[in-house]
Amino acid sequence: MAAVCVYADLVAVAVQALAGSGVHVASVATAFPSGRASLRTKLADVAEAVSAGADEVDMVIDRGAFLSGRYAAVLQEVRAVKAACGDARRQVRLEAGELATLDNVRRASWLAMVGGADFIKTSTGKVNPASTPATVLVMLEAVRDFAGATGVDVGVKAAGGIRTAKDAVRYLVLVRETVGQAWLHPDRFRFGASSLLNDLLMQRSKQRTGAYAGPDYFTLD
Amino acid sequence: MTDWDYAPAPESRDVVRLRSSYGLFIDGRFSEPVDGSSFKTVNPASEEVLAEVAEAGPGDVDRAVAAARRAHTDVWGPMRPAERAKYLYRVARLVQERSRELAVLESLDNGKPIRESRDVDVPLVAAHFFHYAGWADKLQHAGFGPDPRPLGVAGQVIPWNFPLLMAAWKLAPALAAGNTCVLKPAETTPLTALLLAEILQQADLPPGVVNVVTGAGGTGRALVSHDGLDKVAFTGSTEVGKEIARTLAGTRTRLTLELGGKAANVVFDDAPIDQAVEGIVNGIFFNQGHVCCAGSRLLVQESVAEPVLDSLKRRLATLRLGDPLDKNTDIGAINSSVQLDRIRELAAAGDAEGAQRWQPACQLPDRGYWFPPTLFTGVSQSHRIAREEIFGPVLSVLTFRTPAEAVEKANNTPYGLSAGVWTEKGSRILWMAQRLRAGVVWANTFNRFDPASPFGGYKESGFGREGGRHGLEAYLAEGNETLGPPKAELSGDGARHG
Amino acid sequence: MADPRLAVRKTYKLFIGGKFPRSESGRSYEVGAADGTFLANAAQGSRKDARDAVVAARKAFPLWAEATAYNRGQVLYRVAELLEGRRDQFVAEVADGEGGSPAEADRLVDAAIDRWVWYAGWADKIAAVAGAADPEAGPYINFSVPEPTGVVAGDAPQSSSLLGLVSVVAPVVVSGNTAVVVAAERTPLPAITLTEVLATSDLPGGVVNVLTGRTGELAAVLAAHMDVNAIDLCGVTGQDVAALERAAAGNVKRVMRPAGEAEDWAADPDPQRLLAFTEIKTVWHPVGV
Repeated sequence: MAAVCVYADLVAVAVQALAGSGVHVASVATAFPSGRASLRTKLADVAEAVSAGADEVDMVIDRGAFLSGRYAAVLQEVRAVKAACGDARRQVRLEAGELATLDNVRRASWLAMVGGADFIKTSTGKVNPASTPATVLVMLEAVRDFAGATGVDVGVKAAGGIRTAKDAVRYLVLVRETVGQAWLHPDRFRFGASSLLNDLLMQRSKQRTGAYAGPDYFTLD
Repeated sequence: MTDWDYAPAPESRDVVRLRSSYGLFIDGRFSEPVDGSSFKTVNPASEEVLAEVAEAGPGDVDRAVAAARRAHTDVWGPMRPAERAKYLYRVARLVQERSRELAVLESLDNGKPIRESRDVDVPLVAAHFFHYAGWADKLQHAGFGPDPRPLGVAGQVIPWNFPLLMAAWKLAPALAAGNTCVLKPAETTPLTALLLAEILQQADLPPGVVNVVTGAGGTGRALVSHDGLDKVAFTGSTEVGKEIARTLAGTRTRLTLELGGKAANVVFDDAPIDQAVEGIVNGIFFNQGHVCCAGSRLLVQESVAEPVLDSLKRRLATLRLGDPLDKNTDIGAINSSVQLDRIRELAAAGDAEGAQRWQPACQLPDRGYWFPPTLFTGVSQSHRIAREEIFGPVLSVLTFRTPAEAVEKANNTPYGLSAGVWTEKGSRILWMAQRLRAGVVWANTFNRFDPASPFGGYKESGFGREGGRHGLEAYLAEGNETLGPPKAELSGDGARHG
Repeated sequence: MADPRLAVRKTYKLFIGGKFPRSESGRSYEVGAADGTFLANAAQGSRKDARDAVVAARKAFPLWAEATAYNRGQVLYRVAELLEGRRDQFVAEVADGEGGSPAEADRLVDAAIDRWVWYAGWADKIAAVAGAADPEAGPYINFSVPEPTGVVAGDAPQSSSLLGLVSVVAPVVVSGNTAVVVAAERTPLPAITLTEVLATSDLPGGVVNVLTGRTGELAAVLAAHMDVNAIDLCGVTGQDVAALERAAAGNVKRVMRPAGEAEDWAADPDPQRLLAFTEIKTVWHPVGV
């Protein structure tokens, strides 16, 4: 299931534009992308998005709290946002690029899942490095272990820096080899990538015609 | 209330003496085709049959190429350049003298408003011959080496949107450079090229220097694939242009192509809106949008989109569609039923893909091929109406926020023929002009043409230039260039195709 | 008596985007001297290497095209300077590869250096020679300027490993194009050594990309590539030319055909090769108060 992700104030616009298309509307909330705001403000942000009709809410974790070891605070915030989401699915962005180590990525993944995330996501796309195969592998391993321990399947979204079909294939192989083919489904694994689509179309054109394609033949919308 | 409607003001068609049938113009004479077939050309504004026209088969193309070769070898090649120049000046004068007749015939056969054929097409035809006449005896000063030589025989295939003007664009530089020509007009608009042939007779142009072979795609294929040619020049669709390039692969025949376009006309928030609106209208509704360099994509800065569209709609409501021979007509007939079908199909795709169609209240005549001026808003780059050349009076409106976005959208196409920029800021005009990948950039104007100005495309809009000094290059052997073997022995008098 | 010293040999790789990768295919082919002795294993570039080179050339194009003519001229002149400094190395490589007398190799390398100088001087003169202020029959200012065509693929001449290559590459890049060039198949080593000069001469990475390998294989990929704007077929022979031209028609590439007879690369050049890879852009503006 594809989704369009917008800021909370544009949810209503997106809902109207996408009505009947089957495309979901996701909203970044909780002081995206920094995650720096009081819990009250973050919850208000979420409430606005949900009441405007967002199908999914994206939160970013408080990296400051996480990196200073206040894990309980992070968990509490994730739970509070989950409660505010109501029926909307909730994704938690880890911003792996700021978590410094792969151990931290794994720990943050667990916090998000324990807090009730339906999806965990690599990054906001605003920090480099964003998604790397290594961080996604660690997240997938966490998801696999969480499913083993609790029976709850959590989805993974790789976002940022995935520009080519070849990049995408590398991630799909990671998914298949780590959590298995059941995760190769839009409900459990997604890409957040805007330039990936045209590259995919260019690869298909190459397959069809035998000639390498050029960007002039694919539209930038 | 007093009725202030305009009275009809039709141009008289008596000035044109239509013949019931036309032969092929080969070796200075009109003759019947060797295989005897013919086709009808109709007035697209009434569907009335205007004349029966000979369809040239391979044998006729052979005769024409052989005549052109003889004329090149015996007469036109050896002729003193100053004498060649005087022939071309004569042609220019004759075009001026018979301009009324040419304009009326053009509007009859093509469907374009008389205002355009009279004020744009025919004057530019004369100007083109004048311009290149003067080059004929100055070629050694044109910057193509001290001893520029003609290529030989040129095969030239032209489209139906500017039938006579495209003939002039092809013939004038070729003849000035000392080449001889076989010209194939489009099958829906052969008549003015044949009238031009009569003018060439009046000018006493030596037989075989220009030959006109009428016919459809088959005739064109027979011509461009003829191995007696040294040069092929084509104006038309990108699809056919590619086919011709493939046909000539591996030969020594030189090629220039002037193909399709999907020009962006970019309007910034500081543009004088009423002036820009005139430019937008001229950009897409000139000649019913049957213009390869038409400004078919309007990119308007988001902050002024609403007032620009309001003004544009108000202006469109004043356009007068109807009888091409009426001197008040702005929008004439679509050239053919085939083209009308294509425009309808693409407009329907615009609806289906979610763009919003707007058309002014507009009464279409009962007979003939017509399409009202149309604009689509809510268009995105991926819509077919933003990507494909419609070649009709249909404008796709898109918006942008920053100059960089305007450039990105304007260039995001395989085409690169023309572009427009509307802004009062000089530095921004030049910044845009540098970045737009197109052969012609009109700033605060659109659809201007001049024989002294080169015209041609980037990317899939073709290669080579027509007009000005640059237009000579396509017809001259340059520098150290090695030409193929002389073609004289390849195209003797015998008709190889039977 | 001491043992003779064993020479350290060079690995000849590709030149793509300012870097020196091996072929992604892992292939190489044996390059011999004119007398047949082994010289090196050169990278045998693949279609994916060609693709990568086009991507690099496309990426480099906007900035190189926007560089001032003065700057491009300086960069090309800098290439000549550095080439002069490594003259002896090139003389040896050309003599090894092409055979012929040392004096002949001397002459070819001198000519190659001088050719960079000749084209460097063209950078800020192309517009004066090929551009125009067009006199319109109306109140308009109208000027025409030559602009680079875009990404130009080239198949370097087989007969002239250094001078021929330079004669093909320099006129392409001086106007602001970026180039992907396939080195002479049998004698690719001077081309790769030339890339070491290019890499250290202020030429931005990706402006010139050099592939070694089978000309037929690489030329076919480049001729069909939809993001290549023009192709120079001077290193291609026989019926391959027709097939490549047909492929090139797919996106209306500008095609420079090989000369009908063997080209004399030592002859004084004219600007035709340079002008063939430019587009004329005409800009109109009304005049009024």
